[in-house]
Amino acid sequence: MLTNAIADMSDKQTQHAEEPRTPPRRRFLREAAGVAGGAGLLALGVGLYARQASALPASALRPPGALAEEDFLAACVRCGLCVRDCPYDTLELAELGDGIATGTPYFNARRIPCEMCEDIPCVVACPTGALDRGLTDIGNARMGLAVLIDQETCLNYLGLRCDVCYRVCPVIDKAITLELFHNPRSDRHAMFLPTVHSDHCTGCGKCEQACVLPGEAAIKVLPIALAKGSTAEHYRKGWEERAAHGRSLIGDQVELPVRGMEGQAYGDTRLRQGSAPQPGADEPAPYAPGGLDSGWKP
Amino acid sequence: MSETCDPVLHADPAARGRALRTVVSRPGADAVKEKGWLRAHKWLLARRLSQLGILALFLAGPWFGLWIVKGNLSSSLTLGVLPLTDVFLIAQSFAAGHLPYKEALIGGGIVLAFYLLVGGRVFCSWVCPVNMVTDAAAWLRRRLGLKGGKVPHAHTRYWLLGFVLAAAAISGTLAWEWVNPVSMFHRGLIFGFGLAWGIVLGIFLYDLFIAGRGWCGHVCPMGAAYGLLGYGALPRVSARGRSRCDDCMDCFAVCPEPQVIRPALKAVGQDHPLILDRNCTTCGRCIDVCSKDVFRITTRFDRSES
Repeated sequence: MLTNAIADMSDKQTQHAEEPRTPPRRRFLREAAGVAGGAGLLALGVGLYARQASALPASALRPPGALAEEDFLAACVRCGLCVRDCPYDTLELAELGDGIATGTPYFNARRIPCEMCEDIPCVVACPTGALDRGLTDIGNARMGLAVLIDQETCLNYLGLRCDVCYRVCPVIDKAITLELFHNPRSDRHAMFLPTVHSDHCTGCGKCEQACVLPGEAAIKVLPIALAKGSTAEHYRKGWEERAAHGRSLIGDQVELPVRGMEGQAYGDTRLRQGSAPQPGADEPAPYAPGGLDSGWKP
Repeated sequence: MSETCDPVLHADPAARGRALRTVVSRPGADAVKEKGWLRAHKWLLARRLSQLGILALFLAGPWFGLWIVKGNLSSSLTLGVLPLTDVFLIAQSFAAGHLPYKEALIGGGIVLAFYLLVGGRVFCSWVCPVNMVTDAAAWLRRRLGLKGGKVPHAHTRYWLLGFVLAAAAISGTLAWEWVNPVSMFHRGLIFGFGLAWGIVLGIFLYDLFIAGRGWCGHVCPMGAAYGLLGYGALPRVSARGRSRCDDCMDCFAVCPEPQVIRPALKAVGQDHPLILDRNCTTCGRCIDVCSKDVFRITTRFDRSES
């Protein structure tokens, strides 16, 4: 018994001693699985992080000529040569924690907008094509799209003549126009509403930087994807069809007279002196919004 | 250690442990005694000069308006004519499905040719700024006598390299560049850090407490990529004076890739004294710390011994 036990023990010992010497193939597979698993997890984490964080924050604009964000992130090597060649220190490289792909160039329009250099030095400097050299006319740049985002604080919407965003626009009267509207609040003044046109706005951000409001601007340059709705391709605009074909596609419409507006062109709904119903002769009509009028004044 | 210590080392295991610990914590002490401090730090000083000099070239522009080199290690333009681009980045860009402009391709070609000639890991020891961080961690780890931790398998970096390229291909972006501490550290020094300090500090602490020489020697996929360019490197370290070796282990203690020394020094699996392993970073630290002048930098064709 005793000798048996000793033999057993020694057997176990030899077994134990030889345990680390598992067959090389099995050891290799086990090691490879461990290593690959660890490295794979790390890479997966990085990949998910990159994917989750690859949406550009609305306040960050890419330099002119930047490829679409997905392609840009494949092309930009984060070298900062565009930053170095920007004469106005507009561009900067994102730092870890900025919420923008680390090391990629962007600018904040409210801080320093793009001055739209004619020779576009940032695009020339890019060695990888993340900034596309197909862009030779800075007027064709589409860094973003200006949007008059807050009509409650914009001074022009309050009926004042600020006009600063319109005045500073490098594509004045094309990218931003002042549209004349009746001011229903005073009922005797005009409002000149700054209106952005996407076919000319380069997204340089001069308007956002110049907006006179303290702190946040009422007009902001947003990424185009955020600022533009999709075109309703299925919807045919009657006035365009008529211009193209010389007549309405569905034949002429029956024009019914509008009572009280006889003698005015079809569609002209302006009130003429004396045509409106007169309130009581001596007392002014009390202000009483009601019916369909919600009381909102632009 | 000098020969007089040898009997002690073999006689008493405790004394041997103590002695080994002193060796490991202060490798090169004998070399300083024998050769003087300057000669015992020759290659280290040359390397620091190279690393800091390259950094200074990049910083001269933003700091002093002296524009010699623009950009960073990812891609740069020297004196307005010489483009240089990181080949690891170009590989990732290819994987992500983007063909860069010819400036980046030419820059990448120049870098590729250079490191094929001198050995890819020369980038790690003579150029990469993270080397100073991990060297500092290794130094402190030796001085504090820290042991243990969990060192990842040496092949981790190759797996990671593969996964990094796969992640670029699948996501269509340079995914690794979101976190790459190497490009992040260099860019941070030149353009500003943000929270990138945290990642650099993380590497320092990882190398200090968790895995000695862990980052550069086991994990970094960029080093792995450059290591693959080291098969035909011209300058190589040779243990040509290996007959004088007194087994003091100082070279193993300072070497960032200690596994490369044994075949050459102890004639394991080869009979010539050349360190031909592509992961030898040719840092020359083994030459510095050897009091017996065993090592020397020579060419890969010089198999002579002395």
